[in-house]
Amino acid sequence: MDILVLVKNVPEVAEADLEIEDNQIDLEDLVMGINEWDNYAVEEAVRLAEASGGGVTVMTLGDEEAEDVLRRGLAMGAGRAMHLCDEEFEGSDPATLARAFAAAIGDESYDLILCGVQSSDLGQASTGVLLAQVLNLPFATMAIGIETGEAEITVTRELEANTSERVVLPLPALVTVQSGINQPRYVSIMGIRKVRKMTIGLFEADDLGLDEDQVGEEASQVAGRALALPEVGEGAEMLNGSLDEICGRAVEIIREKGGLS
Amino acid sequence: MSGVLVIAEHRQGELREATLEALGAALELAPQTGRQVVTAVLADDPQALAGPLMGRTHGLRLMAHPDLTAFNPEMYLPVLEDAIAAAEPGLILMPHSSQGMDLAPALAGRLGLPLVTDCIGLTYQDGALTAQRQVYGGKVSETLVLKPASMYVCTLQGGAFEAPETSAVDTAGEEITLTELSPAHARRFVEYVAGALEDVDIAAADILVSVGRGIGGPENVPLAEELADALGATVSCSRPVADVGWLPKSRQVGTSGKTVRPKVYLALGISGAFQHQAGMKNSGTIIAVNKDPRAPIFAVAHYGLVADLFEVLPKLKDKLAG
Ligand SMILES: Cc1cc2nc3c(=O)[nH]c(=O)nc-3n(C[C@H](O)[C@H](O)[C@H](O)COP(=O)(O)OP(=O)(O)OC[C@H]3O[C@@H](n4cnc5c(N)ncnc54)[C@H](O)[C@@H]3O)c2cc1C
Repeated sequence: MDILVLVKNVPEVAEADLEIEDNQIDLEDLVMGINEWDNYAVEEAVRLAEASGGGVTVMTLGDEEAEDVLRRGLAMGAGRAMHLCDEEFEGSDPATLARAFAAAIGDESYDLILCGVQSSDLGQASTGVLLAQVLNLPFATMAIGIETGEAEITVTRELEANTSERVVLPLPALVTVQSGINQPRYVSIMGIRKVRKMTIGLFEADDLGLDEDQVGEEASQVAGRALALPEVGEGAEMLNGSLDEICGRAVEIIREKGGLS
Repeated sequence: MSGVLVIAEHRQGELREATLEALGAALELAPQTGRQVVTAVLADDPQALAGPLMGRTHGLRLMAHPDLTAFNPEMYLPVLEDAIAAAEPGLILMPHSSQGMDLAPALAGRLGLPLVTDCIGLTYQDGALTAQRQVYGGKVSETLVLKPASMYVCTLQGGAFEAPETSAVDTAGEEITLTELSPAHARRFVEYVAGALEDVDIAAADILVSVGRGIGGPENVPLAEELADALGATVSCSRPVADVGWLPKSRQVGTSGKTVRPKVYLALGISGAFQHQAGMKNSGTIIAVNKDPRAPIFAVAHYGLVADLFEVLPKLKDKLAG
């Protein structure tokens, strides 16, 4: 089975102090890494390809730094990497990205295309399914299990409230992968070093036959975008004081509200 | 723009609550769009699902076919394309759920319509839609002004909109029996699978000590368990903790885990993504411990401690013993 995986380089924001400049978050001091959901997708692709015989290609669209997520994919077992890298792509929305990915795929035939359910930065959960539409492929989102069969796969889709469903897709198909589907392998610095000589295919919009008006803001459905940081301190009553004091107060609250006193 | 089309969601014979929230959003937007709200129910027996929709939508389009028993986008898409051609809505709304995340991008892609997902607010003015979203794990709010279009597709975040009163408007229904569906691809629904049997029912606990990725590793989970023991509480967790197996899946709180309403929910090292909040925000008292003063969890918590959980946990235990 030949598998293509789309991966994205995203900032780690959970513990970061974010700042906004020109309606973008300032990425300067942020650690970048592979989108959590894409990491599960790469692992799943490598496992499926290992079991069935076949290759894995990883593809990203992003700035020069995004090459790191491709190297990481290669270290995990992908055999080939494609990097869509061009300032012209800036400001693209998911539908525009999907068309760019489709152009890069061209007439190459993959049995399966995997994407993460969403990217942790913008959380749109759209690009994968939109790509399936451009390529006219059957698809399923939210996979927590993929079993391969004769020219088809059975996907276990996670639904709400601890329920799943099993659906069958004919191949070729596109699937978006939910976190927890597998336990992704650890990638060491040594592993990354081993793949540093592998060449990565670089593509600009031009190479994909995309004109200026087919990429970036012009092609996007968005006319304007504003980012803002929510006010701090809206909501909870913040407990102030020394560690000892705030923990003492917390215990009082737990005792009282939890019916322990 | 003309009218709002809401796509109802149902599973195993029950209408899903999120549909009603979408109707709340739709009715709020209806005056701005100048037309009515129509709800499409695609099912084997849509009439049986119509009850909770009565009085909450102007039009009800009940479309019946045995192949619409369980959700399948390949069955839904051709039916919806017809319904959309008939109603010509300016806005198509559905929940940002496992179904909406499957269906909305497919519908938008197939019809070439602009798409905004996971919206927490929508306004329509001068022929263009403005959407409010949360990005970067809920730490940043985003306002998107879309280019003018005759039709938009939007998915709505769970809990962001309120269900309307049951007698908000007069409802007129229309039943349509479909003879043939023409799916573009042979995706096939096989079966539903219920979640694994659980070791404990976190939904039954009075006090939950809940840990997120901030707990750092499986070796630290006992710290939370010890506190829980001292309180007679149960340990629960966020999704990443269950994903990597530090705690069993049955302990997961959130949209894809359990909804809980304990007397006290103590959140330790949980950022408070909306999928997590959806499962715990109705708890009696929420106390959040997080190093990051801007963590979204503080927006739903009643009490907040900006602190390192590894200092807080032993301290709480001491205080309880003392
Ligand atoms: C379809 C779908 C369904 C989902 N369903 C669920 C669900 O049911 N439940 C769920 O929880 N998530 C769910 N998620 C995932 C969700 O989007 C978030 O990724 C997840 O909730 C984040 O978990 P977290 O808060 O533990 O981790 P993070 O977001 O990484 O946050 C960790 C937090 O710990 C804090 N921290 C770190 N170290 C310390 C320390 N020493 N002391 C104090 N604080 C510290 C950080 O400041 C940060 O705020 C779902 C996602 C999708 C796409």
